[in-house]
Amino acid sequence: MKMLRVGRWITAIGLVLLAGIYVRALAYTPIEASQGLAQKIFYLHVPAAIWAESAMILVGLASIFYLFTKDPRLDRFAAASAEVGAVFCAVVLTTGPIWGKPIWGTWWTWDARLTFTLFLFLLYVGYLLLRSAVTEPATRARFAAVLGICGMCEVPFIHLSVYMFPTLHPMPIVLQPGRPKLPGSMLETWALSLGVFTLLYVGFVVQRYALSYLREQLEAAGEVGHA
Amino acid sequence: MRSPDLLRHAWAVAAKDLLVEFRSRTAILSVAVFVVLVLVVFNSARDPTAVSNVDLAPSILWVTFTFAAILALNRAFQIELENQALEGLLLAPIDRSSIYLGKLIANLVFVATIELIGVPLLALFFNVQVLPFLLPLIAVIALATVGFVAVGTLFSAMTVRTRFAELLLPVLLLPFMIPPLSWAVLATGRLLAGRPLSETLGWLNMLAVYDFVFVVLAVLLFPATVNE
Repeated sequence: MKMLRVGRWITAIGLVLLAGIYVRALAYTPIEASQGLAQKIFYLHVPAAIWAESAMILVGLASIFYLFTKDPRLDRFAAASAEVGAVFCAVVLTTGPIWGKPIWGTWWTWDARLTFTLFLFLLYVGYLLLRSAVTEPATRARFAAVLGICGMCEVPFIHLSVYMFPTLHPMPIVLQPGRPKLPGSMLETWALSLGVFTLLYVGFVVQRYALSYLREQLEAAGEVGHA
Repeated sequence: MRSPDLLRHAWAVAAKDLLVEFRSRTAILSVAVFVVLVLVVFNSARDPTAVSNVDLAPSILWVTFTFAAILALNRAFQIELENQALEGLLLAPIDRSSIYLGKLIANLVFVATIELIGVPLLALFFNVQVLPFLLPLIAVIALATVGFVAVGTLFSAMTVRTRFAELLLPVLLLPFMIPPLSWAVLATGRLLAGRPLSETLGWLNMLAVYDFVFVVLAVLLFPATVNE
C-alpha cells in the first residue's frame, strides 16, 4: 500500500536526521555552563514533550469532528495520534529522569510537571485500553472520541499546573512571552530537533493510519478477529 | 428542549435511581462498610509518632472518598444493564442530556451520603478537629465531588458496555480525578491546619472551573455514549 510506504520513508528520513541532531547537539553546540553535558537532553526532551501534548490536542480535535461527521478516517487518525503520543510521552518520561539524576540528584520527584506528564501518559494508556476493550467498530470510535475530547480538555489544566504549584522543573525558556532566553546556536539546534520530531510524528502517524486501514479491510473481509 | 423540562426529566431519572437504591439499600450499606474498613486499614498503617494526624488526615480522607466513589460510580449504569433497562430509558421521550443529569444527581446524592459518613468517622478515628472548619470543608468536598462524579458518570456509561468494566472505569477515571483531588487535598490540608481561608481560595477557584468545564462537556458528550 502506497501510504504505508510513504510513512516508512518519512520515518526513515526522520531517524537519519535524528542521528544528525545527536551529532550537532554533541559536537557543534556549546556546553551549557551550569548543567554541563546533561543539558544536551533538552534537545530531545522538549520537542518530545511538545509533541506528546500536541498529539493529545490533535486526538481531541479529530474526536470532535468525528462526532459530527462520523468519518472513519478521523477515528483512524485519532487512534494513530494517541499511539504516537503515548510513545513520545514515554520518551519524555525516560529522558526526564536521565537528566534529573545528575541535576536534581533524584530520578523522580513528585513535582507538578512530572506528575501531570505521568497522568498524560496514563491518559493515553487509558484511551488505548478503552479502544481495545470495545469490539464493535462504530461504538469503539464513539467511546474513544468521548474520551479523546475529555483528554484534550484536561491538557490545559495539566499545562497550567506548572505555573500554579511550586515546582522544581525548569520554566519554559523557548515557548514563553517575549524572546527565547537561549543563545542562538542552542536555539538553532533545538528548532532543528523540533522539526525532526515533527517529521517523526508525521511518519509514525501515517504508518499507523495505514495499518489501521489495512486491519479494517481485513476485519471487513472476516480474515481476523478484532484487535 | 426547554430547560425546565430538562431538569424535571433529570429529577425523574434521579428519583427512580434513588428509589431503587432506597428500597434495597445494598449498595449504600456495602460502600459505607467499605469506608469504615479503609479508614481502619489506614489507622493500622500509620505511625502516630512520625506524622501528626492533622498532616495525614487530608490524604486519608480523599483516598477513602476516591475508592468509595469509584465503587459507587460503577453501579449507576450497571443497574440499567439488567433486563435491558437502558434501552427503555433511551426510548423515553426525553432529552438524552436529562438522562445524564439524572444519573449525575443520583450519583452525587450517593457519593455525598458516603462523604457524610466518612467525615465524622475521620474526625472520630483520627481525632481531627473538623467542626470549626465545617462550612469551608463542605465547600471543598462539594466542589471536588461534582467534578469527578461528572466525569465518572460519563465514563461509567461507556465502561459498563465494555469487557472488564469494573477495572476499566478506575483506569480511565483516575487521571481525570487526580487534578481535582490534588487541589482538594491541598485545600483540605490548609483548612484542617487552621490556616486562613484566603489561602484555599485559589484551589476552590480551580475546582469550580474544573467542575464547570467537565459538567458542560459531559452533558454535551453523553448522547454520543448511548446513541446507536
